[in-house]
Amino acid sequence: MAVAAALNERPDARRYEANAATRESPWIRRLILGTALIFFALFLLMPLIAVFVEALRKGWFTYITALADPDALAAVRLTLLIAAIAVPLNLVFGVAAAWSIAKFEFRGKRFLTTLIDLPFSVSPVIAGLIFVLLFGAHGWFGAWLFERDIKIIFAVPELVLATVFVTFPFVARELIPLMEAQGREEEEAAVVLGANGFQILWRVTLPNIKWGLLYGVILCNARAMGEFGAVSVVSGHIRGLTNTLPLHVEILYNEYQFAAAFAVASLLALLALVTLGLKSLVEWKAAQHAATDA
Amino acid sequence: MTHPMPVPFGAAPRFAPIRQTRVLPGFPLALGYTLVYLSLMVLIPLSAVFIKSASLSWPEFWAIVSNPRVVATYRLSFGAALLAAAINAVFGLMLAWALVRYEFPGKKLIDALVDLPFALPTAVAGIALTALYAGNGWIGSLLEPLGIKVAFTPLGVLVALVFIGLPFVVRTVQPILEDLETELEEAAASLGASRRQTFTRVLLPVLLPALLTGFALAFARAVGEYGSVIFIAGNIPMVSEITPLIIITKLEQYDYVGATAVAVVMLIFSFIMLLAINLLQAWSAKRTGRNR
Amino acid sequence: MSIQVEHIHKTFGSFVALDAVSLDFPSGALTALLGPSGCGKTTLLRVIAGLERADSGRVVLAGEDASDTHVRQRRVGFVFQHYALFRHMTVFENVAFGLRVKPRRERPHEAEIRARVMRLLELVQLAPLADRFPSQLSGGQRQRIALARALAVEPKVLLLDEPFGALDAQVRKELRRWLRRLHDELHITSVFVTHDQEEALEVADQVVLMNRGRVEQQGTPIEVYEQPATPFVYGFLGAVNTFHGRIEGAHLRVGAATLAHGQDQFALDGEAVAFARPHELMIVTDPDHADGIAASVVRILSFGASTRVELDSLTPEPDSALPVHYEVILPREQIQALKLVEGQRVRLVPTRIRVFQGQAA
Repeated sequence: MAVAAALNERPDARRYEANAATRESPWIRRLILGTALIFFALFLLMPLIAVFVEALRKGWFTYITALADPDALAAVRLTLLIAAIAVPLNLVFGVAAAWSIAKFEFRGKRFLTTLIDLPFSVSPVIAGLIFVLLFGAHGWFGAWLFERDIKIIFAVPELVLATVFVTFPFVARELIPLMEAQGREEEEAAVVLGANGFQILWRVTLPNIKWGLLYGVILCNARAMGEFGAVSVVSGHIRGLTNTLPLHVEILYNEYQFAAAFAVASLLALLALVTLGLKSLVEWKAAQHAATDA
Repeated sequence: MTHPMPVPFGAAPRFAPIRQTRVLPGFPLALGYTLVYLSLMVLIPLSAVFIKSASLSWPEFWAIVSNPRVVATYRLSFGAALLAAAINAVFGLMLAWALVRYEFPGKKLIDALVDLPFALPTAVAGIALTALYAGNGWIGSLLEPLGIKVAFTPLGVLVALVFIGLPFVVRTVQPILEDLETELEEAAASLGASRRQTFTRVLLPVLLPALLTGFALAFARAVGEYGSVIFIAGNIPMVSEITPLIIITKLEQYDYVGATAVAVVMLIFSFIMLLAINLLQAWSAKRTGRNR
Repeated sequence: MSIQVEHIHKTFGSFVALDAVSLDFPSGALTALLGPSGCGKTTLLRVIAGLERADSGRVVLAGEDASDTHVRQRRVGFVFQHYALFRHMTVFENVAFGLRVKPRRERPHEAEIRARVMRLLELVQLAPLADRFPSQLSGGQRQRIALARALAVEPKVLLLDEPFGALDAQVRKELRRWLRRLHDELHITSVFVTHDQEEALEVADQVVLMNRGRVEQQGTPIEVYEQPATPFVYGFLGAVNTFHGRIEGAHLRVGAATLAHGQDQFALDGEAVAFARPHELMIVTDPDHADGIAASVVRILSFGASTRVELDSLTPEPDSALPVHYEVILPREQIQALKLVEGQRVRLVPTRIRVFQGQAA
């Protein structure tokens, strides 16, 4: 959605402030701006700063020790592994879904779009629960899997499944409006010129949607690495084995190792900041791209 | 798509094409893959909840979901979520307004940071908010002398839910506000309307659908929220326990059926919200003359 | 009520939108502000309305200085190019808006509001659509509702920004005639902005031509068309043939040819540019004719009562590789008498020519 929206250039706020019909009296302006900024500081800025302050409260040594801990490193590896599986899966799905929904007409299209968005409206706890129901010891496939000694619950496959579920819509919902806005003329032109399906996808469609795709992947990745509720339900919290970074934060915190908990948390907060930075960059690039096209 | 995935012929009739001649290739493959993946990853797992709960008789189901401790969690989860969404509607509108209408230093940074709750893992948000609002925290220590306790009370739940719902209202209202032609306000002013009249009679009706959509999205998200809440809530039964936590508690006691029953209640609520949000967005599109 | 603007200056960054513009809009007249895009005409209209604030200068409405009056209090009716109707209100509520937002003691009773709105809707011939929403109306209907809405507050003056700009050609023509009739009924001092010369000349009592933030000429449609004051006006209003040359006494020398200009106000010889309308050129078929510009016939286009002949000069401009292009319009009988064929060499002799010295076109 965001890249599709960025195609409209953002107007300069000064034009509102220069216009007698759209400007507020100075004290109303101060009131709105002041309230908005206080709200922003209280609920967004201060929690972010608190993470870093708390992380460094006991000094750099404690900070580095917490991050160099073997369990922490194992958590980093697992988190990266999960994201490395879940994100490409949802990426391929996102392109396929957007291709069929944006480039073709068929009945039930709106309904299908709603279904794709479904995981966003399901509580992460329930996202975890459904996989416990399927693969847990008392679940549908639990006994069958147990007999064959296949571990899914409290193991990596289940963590991946839960993560795929909660990050399911990210790429698709980014691409669908973008590809709908672009229409199908360019692809049709490619067909007329004799391109096959793969060539059209690779040479025409993907270059056109690359910023939207990247945007979706960035958000998908952030959620995949940061998901807590769903993986908390399915992980079993086995240190060094099924502990992702957010779960590791929880364990440290519940053991009253606050500085260490915040140290690991600061790593995730940095990831969030990088995500936001990349996201702004992609939005800016997409807007620039649209401006040079126009 | 080059993915070697079989096309499910069984699903074909429902998605039967309107136009038989398709110029672009790959439709059966792409749609087939979409449907198979969607079914495997989302639809079949979700249906497990309903099938599992079907093993309960109605009185058994009712006994679980109407247990006083469970009902207390609904009250907190839905009440705090509703209040948090309302707070976000008011202040989120102001923030969106400031970002679109005013120039001020640091605006671009603030605009980018509004999405922080989307990007920051909820567990991190949870412990950060707890550190801030605990009795010895930066904000908590200011409020404590006034007799206001935030952390480990229902108020703490509210704070966490305001945090995670914040971007929804800002991000639904902001684009509508940006696209709004200044001519509307100019027309209102040239017809003699005061700034307040212009806001209440011209702008607010146009922004209302987006505002309500943002409110509904924030509300839906907040009801199911877990990570950012459990640290700050204190999780005292009947007082500051949220519904998702009840599900986890039941799971930890291997009470799968009980957990599933509560999950069904939450899922039904989620589906209703999803429907409401879809209707709101359709209404919004009509109101603002945008095409979806 | 009259409108005067005095020495209006307005810049946007380094762009000068209005440069010392002074104008007097006669009371009760319908005036067109005409010019190419970016000439400052819309900015001037918005300055008069109070939607834009001039850097310096005064706006005088009905004899009173309104420069510091907020748009809310100016009592001007403003009609926007894209209508700016309130989408969430019915047609009726749109028109009633200006009455409903009046302070309580000035606000008419509900019954009176109803009566007044219905009267206006009948005036714009859209009374049956009172309960519709703007999205259910055609472009032309929307523009009429926007006009009714502006008139509801009984404005002192009516300002219209490219009122027909967003409509297709057929509706445009109809609405143009309708606006003229409406103005003859109401006699409210009105100013409308347009970039369409035909629209300005057909509808307005007065035409103001603007270019690059300055007023080029003000006058009745006949005045500005028949006696253009500047090369810009000549070029902007209607088709025209341009001759670049030098003044030599009573003649203008264009390349090898000389043209009699019939004007005697040129004290000095020097660079000059001359204009003649397509119907002000004669075609002489005798190639040895002493006067006129040598040209060859490129195309002959006969539609309707008159025929258009397109010609190229035989001597190209010194700084251009392309031959200079000319256009002549003649009655059909005259063309038939001349027996022109494509490629034929002829001479062009102006019957009327207007020379401007020391000015670029």
